[in-house]
Amino acid sequence: MPEAFEPRIVAIFCNWCTYLAADLAGTSRLKYAPNIRVVRVMCSGRVDPQFVLDAFASGADGVLLGGCHPGDCHYQEGNYKALRRYHLLRHMLEQMGIEPERFRLEWISASEGERLRVTVDDMVARIRALGPLRLPEEVPAS
Amino acid sequence: MDNGIRIGVYTCHCGTNIAGIVDVRNVAEYAAGLPGVAVSREYKYMCSDPGQELIQQDIREYALNRVVVASCSPHLHEQTFRTAVAGGGLNPFWFHMVNIREHASWVHLDKAAATAKARDLVRAAVRRVALHRSLEKGRVKIHPDVLIVGGGIAGIHAALTLANAGKHVYLVEREPSIGGHMAKFDKTFPTLDCAACILTPKMSAVRAHRNITLWSYSEVTTVEGYVGNYQVTVRRRPRYIDESLCSGCLECVEACVFKQAKVTDEFNMGLSKRKPIYIPFPQAVPQVPVVDPETCIQFKSGKCKKTCMDACGERHAIDLEMKEATERIEVGSIILSTGFQAFDARRTPEYGYGTYPNVYTALEVERLVNASGPTGGEVVLRDGRHPRTVGIIHCVGSRDEKTNRWCSRVCCMYSLKLAHLIKEHTEAEIFNFYIDMRTPGKGFEEFYQKLREEGVHFIRGRVAEVTDWALDPSEEGSLVIRVEDTLAAFVRRIPVDMVVLATGLEPRSDAQEVRRRFNVSCSTEGFFLERHPKLAPVSTFTEGIFLAGACQAPKDIPDTVAQAGAAAAEALALIDAGFIETEPNTAYVNEESCSGCGTCAPLCPYGAITYSEEVRKAAINQAKCKGCGTCVAACPSGSIAQNLFEDDEIFAEIEGILSYA
Amino acid sequence: MSAFTYFPGCSLRGTGVAYDESLRTLLKVLGIALEELDDWNCCGATSYMAIDEGSAFVLSGRNLSLAREKGNHELLAPCAACYLVLRKTQDYVGRYPAIAEQVGQALSASGLPPLDGVRVRHPLEVLYNDVGTERIRKSVKRKWAGGKVACYYGCQLVRPFAEVDRAHDPTRMDELLRAAGIPTVDYALKTKCCGGSLTGTIHDVGVRLNYIILKEAVRKGAAALATVCPLCQHNLDVYQREIRRSTGEKLDVPVFYFTQLLGWALGSDPDALGLKRQVSGRRLVREWFAEREVAVHG
Repeated sequence: MPEAFEPRIVAIFCNWCTYLAADLAGTSRLKYAPNIRVVRVMCSGRVDPQFVLDAFASGADGVLLGGCHPGDCHYQEGNYKALRRYHLLRHMLEQMGIEPERFRLEWISASEGERLRVTVDDMVARIRALGPLRLPEEVPAS
Repeated sequence: MDNGIRIGVYTCHCGTNIAGIVDVRNVAEYAAGLPGVAVSREYKYMCSDPGQELIQQDIREYALNRVVVASCSPHLHEQTFRTAVAGGGLNPFWFHMVNIREHASWVHLDKAAATAKARDLVRAAVRRVALHRSLEKGRVKIHPDVLIVGGGIAGIHAALTLANAGKHVYLVEREPSIGGHMAKFDKTFPTLDCAACILTPKMSAVRAHRNITLWSYSEVTTVEGYVGNYQVTVRRRPRYIDESLCSGCLECVEACVFKQAKVTDEFNMGLSKRKPIYIPFPQAVPQVPVVDPETCIQFKSGKCKKTCMDACGERHAIDLEMKEATERIEVGSIILSTGFQAFDARRTPEYGYGTYPNVYTALEVERLVNASGPTGGEVVLRDGRHPRTVGIIHCVGSRDEKTNRWCSRVCCMYSLKLAHLIKEHTEAEIFNFYIDMRTPGKGFEEFYQKLREEGVHFIRGRVAEVTDWALDPSEEGSLVIRVEDTLAAFVRRIPVDMVVLATGLEPRSDAQEVRRRFNVSCSTEGFFLERHPKLAPVSTFTEGIFLAGACQAPKDIPDTVAQAGAAAAEALALIDAGFIETEPNTAYVNEESCSGCGTCAPLCPYGAITYSEEVRKAAINQAKCKGCGTCVAACPSGSIAQNLFEDDEIFAEIEGILSYA
Repeated sequence: MSAFTYFPGCSLRGTGVAYDESLRTLLKVLGIALEELDDWNCCGATSYMAIDEGSAFVLSGRNLSLAREKGNHELLAPCAACYLVLRKTQDYVGRYPAIAEQVGQALSASGLPPLDGVRVRHPLEVLYNDVGTERIRKSVKRKWAGGKVACYYGCQLVRPFAEVDRAHDPTRMDELLRAAGIPTVDYALKTKCCGGSLTGTIHDVGVRLNYIILKEAVRKGAAALATVCPLCQHNLDVYQREIRRSTGEKLDVPVFYFTQLLGWALGSDPDALGLKRQVSGRRLVREWFAEREVAVHG
C-alpha cells in the first residue's frame, strides 16, 4: 500500500511582504498545511525562471511565488517584472506538460497572514487533487 | 567534507515555542549526519548569551567555518547571530538562519510533519551555507536634515526635540496651521489641563526655532532615494499671502468685503462660519491668513474691491497672483506623523447623525465646549435650546464588525472628559452608553471614579438606535436612545435633548497613497505598520523612515508625545552615527561574460546600472544598488550575480529542500 | 417588454391576495409579463426555518431549481419572507459546502438541476430599477386625493442583503409613490418589526409592535401606510380594532400594498387592485378611491 500523497511545494517569498505575511501567520498562530518550504529572496523580481524549473526538476509538486501587491513593491516595481516572467513561464510549463495549477504567483502583503494561510491551503488541496508531478520523459531531470 | 567546510548547526527550542511541536532533538540528530556538518546541537534559547557563547566556543573548538541556526524569523534575530558568528572570528555572512518557529512550529499542529519540515529546511540551509562567501557591509552617509510630515502634536514634538538637538528639520503640514486635532480640543483627559494652554507654547516654539523650516499648507509630492539620502519635493499651495511680508495683524480679514462670515468653518467642524480670507484659529502658526479661492469674490468674478489689499497697505503681503511653488530638499531621515481621521458618523445611520440636528460628534462637542469655539463655550443645541439631558454613545465606528473592528483607545476617556465638561457647562443629566469602560492609563480609572461621583450615569450596552419616535408624551420632542441595559437585563428607552457620538479613530483616507509615496507598509486596518510591534515600534521596514502618533495606531496625547520623542531619538541615532551599515546584498556584473545586450539597465528603478556603449558592458554602482535582484534574474547570459543571493546558493537551497536523504 | 417567472408564495394565495391582484394589474399596465412558476412549493420560511434549517433550504432550493429549469432566471418573489429565504438559500449554498451538498443531493434525487444562476427579484426593486420613477411619473393617470402615506418596509426586505434598498434608511417606496403624486412622510420606524408571527404566538407582544408602528406613522402625519410584505400588511391591517379597544385610541388607518397605490395612480380599476379587501380605515378608502365602481363591502 503506497503512502498517502503529500504534495511538496517550494515557496519563494519576497523579504518585505509575503515572507512577513508568513511570519505574521506564525505570530497569529494560524494553522495551515505543512507542505510548503519557504525560500526567501529580497524581491519577487529576483526569481529567476530557472529557480522554478529547478524546483520542478528536483521533485517539487508545486511552486508558489509570493510578492508585494502591485504598487507596493519595496523596490518599486520588481513585482511587475516577476509577473511578466510568471506569465511566460506558465505558458512554457504548460507546453512541458506541467499543469498550470502547480505554479502560482500571489500578491500577499505583510499584513495578510490570513490570506497566506488560505492560499497555502488552497494550493495544497489543488495539488493533492492533481497528484504527484510526473515529468514527461523528454524533459531532462536537472 | 574534503572542501574544508565545517558547519555548526544549532536548533533552538525557544522554550516550548518550537520544541512543543518540532522534535528538536530529532532535527539536531538528523543535521549531525548531513555532509559538512562538524557539530549539531539543540539548545533552549539560542538567542540568549549562553546560546551565542555556545556558537563561539564551537567555532574555536571544532574549527567551524559555517554556522546555521534553526530558530525564529531572520527578521528578528539574523543580526544577533551574525554578530555572534563575527564574535567567534568568522565572517558574519558565513551564516544562514532557518525559520522553524513562525514557519513551522507556530503554524502546524502535526508534530511529525512539522519536524519533517524543520529537517528539510535545515538540510537546505546546510547546503546553502557551504557556498556562502565572505562579504563586507557597506556604509551610507546620513544627511543630517530630517523631514517631518504632519504638524500635529506628534510632528511638533518630534520637530522640537530634533531642533533642540541642533538638527535641521523641515516640518510639512497640509493645513494652513500646525496643531492638528489637538488644537481643536478643549481640555485634555484626565488632568483637564487646557489643550491650547499646553499646545500653543510648543506651536510658538516651532515658529521661532531657527532649526525648523515650517511649510504649512504644503504637501510632500515625491520621495526618492534611500536612508541617509532622501530627495523630497514639497508642493506649497498658494495661500495668496506672502508669509515673509505678513505681520499677522489680521486687518485684511477684518476688511474683507464679506462683512458677515458666510463660509463653512472647517476648524469649527462646520458649527460656525468664516470669511473667504481667514485664519483657522486665533493661535494658528504661522500667524498668516489664507485666501480661499473657492469663495473669494476676486477669484470668482474678478470684480472685488479688494478691501483686504487696501487694509494690508504698505506691507503688500497679499498677492492674489501667487502660484503654487515646489521645494526640493535633501534629508537623511523622515518621520511620518500624519495622524488619523475621525470616523464619519454617517456610516452608522442608526445613530441619526445628519438626520437629527441634535446628534453631534465628539469633535463638534470639543468645539462647542471650547471657550474659543463657535459659541464661546456655551453648549447650545442646533435648535437653540440648552440640553437638560445628554447621551454619550461610546464605540461609534469602533469595535464594530460593520465598520471598524479595533478599539480606538481614546474614546472612553474623552467621553468621560466631555461628560464632565458638559455637566460643568450645563448642569445637564448625562448618560454614558458603553460596551466596556477602558481606562488603562495613569490617572484614568481615578477619573472614571470621579465622574461616577459627579453623578454621571453609566449604562452598559451597545446602543441600538437613536430615534425621534415617541412612545408616550414624555418623549415628545426628545431624541430617544434605545439600548439593552446588559447589567439590568432589559431594554431601555432614554429620552435626551442631545446625543454625542464618541466616534473612533481611523486611518486617513489617503493613508494608502501616502504609504506608497514613502514606501512603508500598512497593517490590515490601514494604519502604518511598525517594524516590530514591541521592539521597533517607531521604525518601519524602510530604513530611515519612522512613525509617530496616530498614523501608526490610535493613541492619546501622552503616548503620541512619547512616540514622537522615540522617533526623534531614532533619527538622532542615525544622524549622530553619521553613517548606516547596509546589507551586502548588492548585484554585480561579471564583466567577462557580459555580452553588452543592455537588458538590465532599464530594469533598475534606482538607476544603479550604467551601460557603456564604448566597451559594451554594463556596470552596477554599488552605492545605488538596493539589492532587489531583478536585474540578476533578467540577465540573459547569467552575468549578473547578487551577493548573499547567488544563483548557486538559491539552487542549493531549493534542491536541499527537495532532496530526501 | 420584460418578463419574470413569478413565485407568489402561500401568502399571496391567502391573506395577501390583494397584493397578488394589484401586482399583476400594475405590471400589466407597465407591460411586464408574469409567468407563474409551475408546481412551486412552500418557500421554506417561518416554522421550517426555525425547526429544520436544512429542509427549509431544500424546499427553497427546489423553487430556485424549478426556475432555472424553466429558462427565465429572473424570479419575482413579492412576499418579503419568500424573497429573504430564497436569497438566504442562495447565499448559504454558496457559502457552506455542507448545505450545498444537502440541497444538491435532494435536487438530484428529484431529477432537478442545480439551483445556481437564478436572480431573485422583488417588485419594489424591479419597479425602482427596471421601470424607474421617471416612467411612473409619466404614466400617472389619476390625481391623488388622499392623505399622506407612511411607507413601511419591514425588516426582511432590507436586511441582511440590502439589495432592494438601504438597510437602515430605505427610501425607494417613498420615491415611487411620490413619483405617482402620492405624498409620503418620513418616520423612524419604517424598518422596525411588525410583530411577524408573534401576533399568532405571543399575541399581546405582536399587537403592541403593530400599535407602535401605526401610532408613530400617524404622529408623523400619515393617514395611511404602504407596505411591501403580506405579513406586515396583514398584521398592521387586522388588529386595529383590538388596539382601539385596549388603548382607547382612535386608530383606524388603511394599510395598503404599495402596488395598490401605484396601480390606482396609473389608472387601474380599484377592484382589480383588491382595494375592496381593506379591513381598517374603510371610510378613508371609500373617500379616496371615490369612484362609483368602488364597492366596499361591510
